[in-house]
Amino acid sequence: MTDIVQTHLPPLRLVRRPVVLGALALLLGASFLLALAIGAMPIPLRDVIAILFGYDVDSQFQAIILGLRLPRAVLAVLVGAGLGLSGAALQGLFRNPLADPGLIGISGGAALGAVGVIVLGHMLVAIIPFAADPRLMPLAAFAGGLIATFATERLAHHRGVAATGTLLLAGIAINAIAGAVMGILIFMSDDNQLREITFWTMGSLAKGGWSGALLAGPFVLLAIIVMLRYAQALNAMLLGEREAMHLGVSVEHLKRIVMVASALAVGASVAVTGIIAFVGVVVPHLVRMAAGPDHRIVLPGSALLGASLLLIADSLARIIVVPAELPIGLVTSLIGSPFFLYLLLRRKALTT
Amino acid sequence: MRFIVVACLGALTLAGTAFAEAPKRILSVGGAATETVYALGMGDHLVAVDQTSLYPWEKTHLLPNVGYVRALAAEGLLSLKADVLIAGPEAGPPVVLDQVEKAGMHVLRLREGYNEARAVERITEIGKALEREAEAKVIADALTADMASVEKEIAAAPSRPRVLFLLQAGRGAPMVGGAGTAADGMIVLAGGVNAASDIHGYKPLSPEAAIIAKPDIFVMMKQSVDAIGGADKVLALTELAETPAVRNRKLIVIDGLYTLGFGPRMAHATRDLAVEFHPEHKFPPLPDHPWTKAQ
Repeated sequence: MTDIVQTHLPPLRLVRRPVVLGALALLLGASFLLALAIGAMPIPLRDVIAILFGYDVDSQFQAIILGLRLPRAVLAVLVGAGLGLSGAALQGLFRNPLADPGLIGISGGAALGAVGVIVLGHMLVAIIPFAADPRLMPLAAFAGGLIATFATERLAHHRGVAATGTLLLAGIAINAIAGAVMGILIFMSDDNQLREITFWTMGSLAKGGWSGALLAGPFVLLAIIVMLRYAQALNAMLLGEREAMHLGVSVEHLKRIVMVASALAVGASVAVTGIIAFVGVVVPHLVRMAAGPDHRIVLPGSALLGASLLLIADSLARIIVVPAELPIGLVTSLIGSPFFLYLLLRRKALTT
Repeated sequence: MRFIVVACLGALTLAGTAFAEAPKRILSVGGAATETVYALGMGDHLVAVDQTSLYPWEKTHLLPNVGYVRALAAEGLLSLKADVLIAGPEAGPPVVLDQVEKAGMHVLRLREGYNEARAVERITEIGKALEREAEAKVIADALTADMASVEKEIAAAPSRPRVLFLLQAGRGAPMVGGAGTAADGMIVLAGGVNAASDIHGYKPLSPEAAIIAKPDIFVMMKQSVDAIGGADKVLALTELAETPAVRNRKLIVIDGLYTLGFGPRMAHATRDLAVEFHPEHKFPPLPDHPWTKAQ
C-alpha cells in the first residue's frame, strides 16, 4: 500500500519534509530553552545552563529550575506533542479540519473522571484507603477518557463498520451524557470543590510536576510512536474512505488505532494538566498551511509545533501577570479562538 | 564571574541568618491575614499581597499582587524572596504551597474556622511568626473582650430573625450560603437563624425553596448587589418574591472581608450585623482600636 500512495505524491513535498521538520525541531529546542530561562524569578542564563549540567549554583535557583521549570517544560512538551499529533490524526481520520480530541468523547470522559474524584473522592477514602493517593484523580481522568472513547467507538459500530458520521454523533451523545453527569456532580459539590473544578477546566501545567510527567510520559510516547506509523494510511484516507480501502488500507483498523492512540495521549495529558483548549485544532492547521497536507509532515510536524506552542504559551502564562500566573488554557484559547474564527471565515469565503 | 556569584551567595546567606529572628520581608495571602499583619504594625514589611487583601486598601493596592489566593504560582511567590509566607486558610492550591516550602521559603499555614477561637488562633500564629507576640496578644485580648460584650447584648435581644445569605456567582439564580459557610457562622454569631441551614455549602436557590425558608432578612456582599444592579433589582428578583424579607424590603449589604473575614475586626463586624438583625435592641458601640479605625 505504501508504494502506491508514495508515487502519487509530488516530489517537491519530499524535499520539503526534512526542511520543515528540521525547522520545527529547532523551534522546539529554542522554546524549551526559553521556558527554562524565563520566569518570575530572574535567573541568569549561565546559571540556568550550569544547573542543567549539574553544577552547584544557588540552591533556591536549583530548586526553581529542577523542581519547577524543568518538570513543567517536560510536561508541556509531552502534552503539546500529544494534543497536536492527536488533533492532526483525528482531522485526517475524519477528513474534517475542525475535528479535535473532544469530538470523540476523550475530554468529556476525562473531565467526568476528574470531577468525580474531586466531588466524591472523600467518600471513596472511607471505603478504599488507596483513594487518598493524589494520583487517583489523573488515573480516574485517564480512565474516563478511555472509557468514553471506547463507548463512542462501540456505539458507532454497525456490522463491523463504524461510519464516520455515526462516530461523530455518538461522540456528541457521549459528551452530552458526560456533561449531564458532571452537572449533577457539580451541583453536589461544596464551594471548595467547585473552585477546584473551575481551575481544572482552565488547565495548568503547574501542578503536575515530575510525577505528572512520569505518569503521562509513557502513554503519550507510546501513542506518538504508534500514530506516526500510520501517516501513509491517513494520506490514503484523504482521497476518501472507499478509495483508501481500494488502496489497501484497512480503514476500520486505522480508525480503531487512531482513536485508541489519541485517547491514550489526550487522556493522559488532560489527566495531568486539566483541559487545554485549541492546541489540538489549531496546530495541525498551521503545519498544513506551511507544508501541505502530507501526513508524513503533518503528523510529526504537529507533534513538534504543538510542543513548542505549549511551551511558549506556558512561558507567557508564567510571566504576563508576575508574580501571579494565568491559567494556560486561557492563553491557548486567547491565541486559538481568533485563529479558529479566521479559519471559519476563510472557509466561508472559499465556498461563497 | 564565579567569584562574584560566590560572594553574592555569601552575602545572601549572611543576610539570611541576620534576619532569621524577625522576618523583614513578609508575603501575605488572604484578606484577614494581611489585615492582621497591618494590625501588628508589620505592614511596612509586606513585599506583596493577593487580590483578596483589600484592607487597608489605601496601602494594599500599592503592593505587588500575586493574584487570586486560591490560584497562586510557586515561582511568582519565590521570586519575591520573602522570609515568610503568611498563608490564610483559603490559600492554595496546596501543591503550590508545598513547592514553595520545598524551595526553602517559610510558610505559615493558618487554619480555617468561622468562630472566635480560630480567629484568635490565627492572630496568635501570625504574631508568633512575625515576632510580634505581645502585639498579637493585645489584639486577641481586645477581640475576646469585644466578642464577650457583643454576645451579652445579643443574648439580651429578644428577636431571632431568619436570615438568608445570597451570593451572586456569575449570572443565573443567586446561591444561598448553607451550613459550614462563613456566612452561616456570622449569621448565627450575630443572633440570627440561618434560613438555609439544612443545605450544605453554597447552592443555587429555587423560588420555592426561598418561600419555604421564610427569610426575614437577606444579607449580600456589595459586589453581589452591584453585579445584579442595585438593591432594588435584588428585591425584585423572581427567586425571592413571596418572602417576608422582600415584603419588608430588608436587605443588608455587607463588605465581604469585614463581615466574613473573621479577622481582627470580627467583633465589630458581629456587632454591626447584630444591630441590623435586632432593631428593637440598643447596642452600645464597641471601643475603637487602631486596627478597626481605618474602615
